[in-house]
Amino acid sequence: MTRMGMTVTEKILSAHCSRESVRPDEFIEVRVDLAMGNDITAPIAIRTLQKNGLDGVWDRSKVALVMSHFVPAKDIASAEQAHITRSFARSHDLPLFFDEGQGGIEHSLLPELGLVVPGDVVIGADSHSCTYGALGIFSTGVGSTDLAAVLATGEFWMKVPASMKFVYNGSLPPWVMGKDLILYTIGKIGDDGARYRALEFTGPAIRSLSIEGRLTMSNMAIEAGGKSGIIAADAQTIRYVEPRTDRKFKIYESDPDAEYVSVHEWDVSTLEPIVSCPSLPSRARSVGEVRGQRVTYAFLGSCTNARIEDLRLAARILRGKKIARGMRLMVIPATVNIYKQALREGLIEVFAEAGASISTATCGPCLGGHMGVLGSEDVCISSSNRNFPGRMGHKDAKVYLANPAVVAATALTGVITHPADVAPWSEN
Amino acid sequence: MARSAVATLTYTGRVWRFGDDVDTDQIIPAAYLVTSDPAELAKHCLEIPDPEFSRKAQPGDILVAGKNFGCGSSREHAPWAIKGLGIHCIIAKSFARIFYRNAFNIGMCALECPEAADAIASGAIVTVNPIEGAIQADGRVYRAQPLPEFMQQLVSMGGLMPWVKTKIESRRRA
Repeated sequence: MTRMGMTVTEKILSAHCSRESVRPDEFIEVRVDLAMGNDITAPIAIRTLQKNGLDGVWDRSKVALVMSHFVPAKDIASAEQAHITRSFARSHDLPLFFDEGQGGIEHSLLPELGLVVPGDVVIGADSHSCTYGALGIFSTGVGSTDLAAVLATGEFWMKVPASMKFVYNGSLPPWVMGKDLILYTIGKIGDDGARYRALEFTGPAIRSLSIEGRLTMSNMAIEAGGKSGIIAADAQTIRYVEPRTDRKFKIYESDPDAEYVSVHEWDVSTLEPIVSCPSLPSRARSVGEVRGQRVTYAFLGSCTNARIEDLRLAARILRGKKIARGMRLMVIPATVNIYKQALREGLIEVFAEAGASISTATCGPCLGGHMGVLGSEDVCISSSNRNFPGRMGHKDAKVYLANPAVVAATALTGVITHPADVAPWSEN
Repeated sequence: MARSAVATLTYTGRVWRFGDDVDTDQIIPAAYLVTSDPAELAKHCLEIPDPEFSRKAQPGDILVAGKNFGCGSSREHAPWAIKGLGIHCIIAKSFARIFYRNAFNIGMCALECPEAADAIASGAIVTVNPIEGAIQADGRVYRAQPLPEFMQQLVSMGGLMPWVKTKIESRRRA
């Protein structure tokens, strides 16, 4: 019998449970290359381990703990909670512990530092752990008890997900980014359209998309209910990863006869920037349809869209200008390294001169945590990933999700604005 | 011994209904994620869709929800907040994946049954047999998706950590 074709996801999973092949819906246990927790999710995992007398860590070089959500501490309780993770990292002498001011948001940090590489299986106790899929990695988000089990054993039980294939043809028009492709996709398939599935993003528009844009796409696979969102590694991925790691890595690609539960193919050459309306990421409209919507707050940050490419684009729109009267703008570079790069390039000065608040790396307002929590009257345009009721603060606050250029353009005018209305397009 | 006790495990309780796409931010807003104490989290459980919920709910009650329950953030605080109220069983049209795992991992039970989720009203008394996937309410029996064998094991063992400990033990002995 000839072997049936496999998807890139099935190949990575097979290699991590020492099997020739795996099929959708099979229950398997995979070996984990990196396990990740943050200051909110790790404490429950740590307590679960301790309660069960399993205080060890299977491999201290494969555990990343990143302080990201409530750092710098927002109150006494979060300061106390942070100590749980901090002291665990210290007592196990974990080399991959990143405290406030030294790391940043985990999903931007781990790829940036080369801690996740193509072919890996990565398990993260944060739903946006699907981000790493952009580098040809199987990566999924889990809860704290799952993290505890991985820390104890290095293994993860899972059901093999069936794959959905997304083919993006054509080339991206000006001001249209990875964010727009993923918001468009979620709008088409719905907020549970990929529940339990592995999303696989392919096609010419993906091949020419920057690694940063790809990370944004995989980041939001969870917003369609996906288990993972993968982009097979290519020459661009290798150029990104190689200088960042000494590890050998393996490139997997889907076979031509791999099986998919569905295939979705779109020409994106005429796509406009997309805005997702309150209060679901799937309520996607082209920016023209919501143009003129009054806004009070603009947030440029989060694991979705606060990498250097995003900041450069926003700064290009804001340079030499002031945000609109009545608007507030919060800018939070996703990692400390991105912050320093933005400083060197003069971007931080552009934001400050425009009237923005600027913070050290933190998830902050994306989850209504701190550093810009919304009130009931607020209407926010955000480069982040979720606009559920109460996500960024008061349950009556309204959140529109968009790419960083739309966020910057809207900050200038106080109403949802197409970037082309306030800035000329240029390639860089 | 424990296993045979669990084989007859059923949940009987009064129903609270919630709608579609109730995400984990609505189950427990991020502002309260400064503790992992279930009793503390329970005080704010589902307060966005129903500000009175934590005061009205009684131990043993059962949640019935629409599609995609528990979507969004992976925070395990969400099922812990529900469990903190003494609620151990949730029926929904469908569950978001991470919430579903988390619920079983901490010894709760989550059943997918669109018919029951559509039909059962708030205040109804239901009896749920998770292993058989049977949901009884108002003199009717609804059939949920049967639990995969592995999930049945988690339910009967009371969650993921007992299963992990058994695995570690058996490897030590081998």
